[in-house]
Amino acid sequence: MRTPIAYFVVLSGVLFTLGTLGVLLRKNALLIFMSVELQLNAVNLALVAFSRMHLALDGQVLAFFSMVVAAAEVVVGLAIIVAVYRRRGTVDVDEARGLAG
Amino acid sequence: MPLDNVVFWVFAPISVASAIGMLLMRNAVHAALFLVVNFFCLAVFYLILDAPFLFAVQIIVYAGAIMVLFLFVIMLLGVDRGDDLRERLFAQRPLALALGAGFVIEIVLAVRAGIGFATKAPAGFDAVNEPGNTQAIARVLFRDYFFPFEATSILLIVAAVAAMVLGQRKARAVTQAELEAMRG
Repeated sequence: MRTPIAYFVVLSGVLFTLGTLGVLLRKNALLIFMSVELQLNAVNLALVAFSRMHLALDGQVLAFFSMVVAAAEVVVGLAIIVAVYRRRGTVDVDEARGLAG
Repeated sequence: MPLDNVVFWVFAPISVASAIGMLLMRNAVHAALFLVVNFFCLAVFYLILDAPFLFAVQIIVYAGAIMVLFLFVIMLLGVDRGDDLRERLFAQRPLALALGAGFVIEIVLAVRAGIGFATKAPAGFDAVNEPGNTQAIARVLFRDYFFPFEATSILLIVAAVAAMVLGQRKARAVTQAELEAMRG
């Protein structure tokens, strides 16, 4: 493989930043949640790239665990979003200010 | 130019463009479909990084199961309402963009100082992947990471139960009239 590992790590950083911007800029709770998924995937890419660089499979196993945790997280998160929608009729995070002082 | 370099430079712009597309789409369904494109690109990167097992898992779990769940919930909650794009917080957008730009610069500098842009992956990963990537991962997973693996099974059970508890509607109290009607 002739592609430098640093390219993958920088790409992973760019994707993570775009996910962070999604969390910061969007209002729809579903889109914020999708941006969090993008961040998780970006970190997985860095893990696999470092696994390749160090000639060890631990990074790939960690990425696998992170996928399992992401799947569980999506199930619970979407259930919470559906519950919020039933209670308030919207998934706009600006509307969820019941705890605002 | 070696083949994996070509693959990288074809798919890296696609993955970044699809992430930006997800960021800018007003419609949640379009954003979800852009995210699927991004997940496929990441799967291709796993393939050129000699991780075919994660390639398959990425497509089955992320592009398959998780995105179907997302699209299902988007449809459930109604698709026509666009996102309200007015910003209520003072200077939130400029600050977020500045933070993002600073973060990217920081990562580039850290990578240059840490591993350098010339470092190629060392040869010999085929020996690590012997006899095959899936078998090699299974060996590491069930030998060194057996306890975390068992812990994830508990995590999945708890997540499934939590989703059922959060998802169920509260049972409505039976009125006296309905009770009479049931008794006939």
